Amino acid sequence: MTVSDASAVPLLSVRGLTKLFGSFAACNEIDLDIAGGEIHALLGENGAGKSTLVKMLFGVLQPSAGQITWQGQAVSIGSPAEARKLGIGMVFQHFSLFEALTVGENIALSLDPKISLAQISDEAASLSKAYGLPLDPKAHVADLSVGERQRIEIVRALLQNPRLIILDEPTSVLTPQEADRLFETLFKLRGEGRSVLYISHRLEEVRRICDRATVLRHGRVTGACDPRQETPASLARMMVGSEIAEVHREVLAPGEVRLDVSRLSVPARTPFGVSLKDVSLSVRAGEVLAIAGVAGNGQGELFDVLSGEVTVSDAKAIRIRGRDVGDLGINGRRLLGASFVPEERHGHGAVTGMPLSDNLLLARSQSDRKSFLGGGIFSVIRHASIRSATQRVCAEMDVRKSGEDPSAGALSGGNLQKFIVGRELDRQPALLIVNQPTWGVDAGAASRIRQALIDLAKAGSAVVVISQDLDEIFEIATNIAVISEGRLSEPYPAGTLTLERIGLLMGGIHETHSGGEAAHAH
Amino acid sequence: MRIELQKRPAVSPLFSMLSPLLALALTLIFGAIMFALLGKDPVAAMHAFFIEPLLETWSLHELAIKAAPLILMGVGLAVCYRSNNWNIGAEGQFTIGAITGSYTPIVFYDWHSPLVLPLMLVMGALGGALFGAIPALLKAHFNTNEILTSLMLVYIAQLFLDWLIRGAWRDPKGFNFPVSRDFAPEAILPAIWEESGRAHWAFVFALIAAVLCWFMMRYTLKGFEITVLGQSERAGRFAGFSSKRMVWFGFLFSGALAGLAGICEVSGSINHLQPAISPGYGFTAIIVAFLGRLNPLGIVASGLVLGLTYLGGEAAQLSIGVSDKVTRVFQGLLLFFVLSCDTLIYYKVRVTWARLRGGAA
Repeated sequence: MTVSDASAVPLLSVRGLTKLFGSFAACNEIDLDIAGGEIHALLGENGAGKSTLVKMLFGVLQPSAGQITWQGQAVSIGSPAEARKLGIGMVFQHFSLFEALTVGENIALSLDPKISLAQISDEAASLSKAYGLPLDPKAHVADLSVGERQRIEIVRALLQNPRLIILDEPTSVLTPQEADRLFETLFKLRGEGRSVLYISHRLEEVRRICDRATVLRHGRVTGACDPRQETPASLARMMVGSEIAEVHREVLAPGEVRLDVSRLSVPARTPFGVSLKDVSLSVRAGEVLAIAGVAGNGQGELFDVLSGEVTVSDAKAIRIRGRDVGDLGINGRRLLGASFVPEERHGHGAVTGMPLSDNLLLARSQSDRKSFLGGGIFSVIRHASIRSATQRVCAEMDVRKSGEDPSAGALSGGNLQKFIVGRELDRQPALLIVNQPTWGVDAGAASRIRQALIDLAKAGSAVVVISQDLDEIFEIATNIAVISEGRLSEPYPAGTLTLERIGLLMGGIHETHSGGEAAHAH
Repeated sequence: MRIELQKRPAVSPLFSMLSPLLALALTLIFGAIMFALLGKDPVAAMHAFFIEPLLETWSLHELAIKAAPLILMGVGLAVCYRSNNWNIGAEGQFTIGAITGSYTPIVFYDWHSPLVLPLMLVMGALGGALFGAIPALLKAHFNTNEILTSLMLVYIAQLFLDWLIRGAWRDPKGFNFPVSRDFAPEAILPAIWEESGRAHWAFVFALIAAVLCWFMMRYTLKGFEITVLGQSERAGRFAGFSSKRMVWFGFLFSGALAGLAGICEVSGSINHLQPAISPGYGFTAIIVAFLGRLNPLGIVASGLVLGLTYLGGEAAQLSIGVSDKVTRVFQGLLLFFVLSCDTLIYYKVRVTWARLRGGAA
């Protein structure tokens, strides 16, 4: 590693840090140095190992191997309390605040109970003033904006007088104006000789405020640089990797339009949600449209709206096989031949505590009503026919399971995902929409699932794959669009798009095109 | 020393079976200790409490009478709880069911027809359901905590009954006592087997309700919908089920059964309305539902067990001279142990003697 910093002993130094989950290395031999008084960026796609790394630094996770050195002393950080004692503070992406309590009370909860609330409020008020983080200690958290809530977390961290502050994707929930304010605070902290570890995937931001950057990819350090010397393009390359992906897909003659979305806008439902802005896309039979993007840019919201779990009042905004379905629920869309695979397996795509056969019925109670239900209005479940369909799906997708009909929770992630995908493929859907098909799935299951998706498109179905995995996207997509902050780019034929372009689009560098409406010029 | 709970990879089938029995055993042990501390012979006390009521025909009839409302309400509550809706107000729905069911025999007391009784039962169930609709509405549309609203409505129902009995519905020939008119013979739920004793049809209704609910939960799409939404609202939405509609279903269903239990109790056992019509059946039914593992057939068994605690309390009052509050103590112990023993189904308990700590190196 190139450590070109003036200070002799780095504030924090990490050597060979490794974290294994089973046989999967979330962090693999990470080396990292943070000098005093610098803003250090930790860049990487989702799943690159950023969160795992900082959790180890903050004592939430224990490393499997490697050494953490703090101000020249080897340390092991057993808990967040120990991390705080050393002088490490952290602001998580999702806050842990009690909405019904006031700002001061929330801060007091994380401190020594002996200190009086008035004293804490005074201290918090003076800190927030000093760092340009306006806060009223008496305000109720429920009444505050997301940016203000984040300030509480920052002030809470600052009250411990930390030497190093870790910020996990701090701007993902902020408006640009709020982000500018935050940057000023960070500069002030740096001016006092404190260090900041700044986790982000937003390239412009990193170039603007960070002194140094460490880039992670697939759990390894792939680069360390001065971001101000780099271009967004070169940072993107480090982030997504520079190997050339082989595109080997025969382009079939496109068939009829199976899914057509035009100018769909949906406001965010929660403070942490993303609003969809003017999304347009269209997918034809025989086509695999991949939607790339870093997690949390509206993928979940897009899936919910496409699946009908969330309906929109404008029926015409979404059309499946020529029918207006915007206001139609998920089962109505299934009856039109659409199938859906959500990102989260446990508690969304499947009920963990229920056997596989029940989980088959979960998605197909209406679309396969004739074969699975009898007894007229009482809808008596035909367990035997569901069980045989379950066995068929398991055999087809090579689902490894213990016993005849185990609960979904007893399967490994890869096998459960194969089952969930197989459950939908078994219907031979005309349109399949998948969110993160191989997220957290072992390599064998992942390639099986990708092959199944390609085969489905070859057989004449339209497939939409929302994915963060660029290797996967290049393997299966015919067209690629990128989602960033709730906006969807135009689709590009897979062959014409370079990794660098995708990286730029994912990093929120929008080209100056006229919005998403001219998206489908087939 | 530290006691650790380790999550089991899968639900333990052994402890699923064992947990209610273990809870029962612990309740008996602690009950015996309690009697010993009260200065009574624990063996004799336990015999009087739990065995004697089972030895005579008349008291078996009493058991059926006590168990009937517990089972009826317990079954409804179990369905509601399975859907992850927490109706704590069965006692109130029981009371309102008793009131609406009694409307016909009290207001139209000189209408004599075989239709009176069926009408009473239907109106009782409707009244209970409508009263259950209040927390359902509040939860579905305003996201109010249904545990609080349904519980608070209990007291409203009880005071409403009190007001009614002391006011408009007081028996004009009742010497100013707070009771209603006695029901006419057509308005009284008949005994199942008159020659043997006074247990009435409510017990049969309870058994029918239990079997029907068991069938619904096990074999129909509705039961599947209830289970799915109860375990994961998100997965339920993916299946196309509506959690809002399930709030309504859970409360209307459990409210209707509680209302039915209320009018059955008034019509079959009391034969008129009075300010106190229930020794806390609606709350005890919560224990019944959990002791029966939220399984309608299990609830038949647990309803009988909890019915026995009422009888035992009455018997113990007479034979060994302890307060009938002992009944509540037993019920409380039982609920406590049922809930805590359920931990064993999901967790392994491990006792660590040494302090394991990875401090600074």
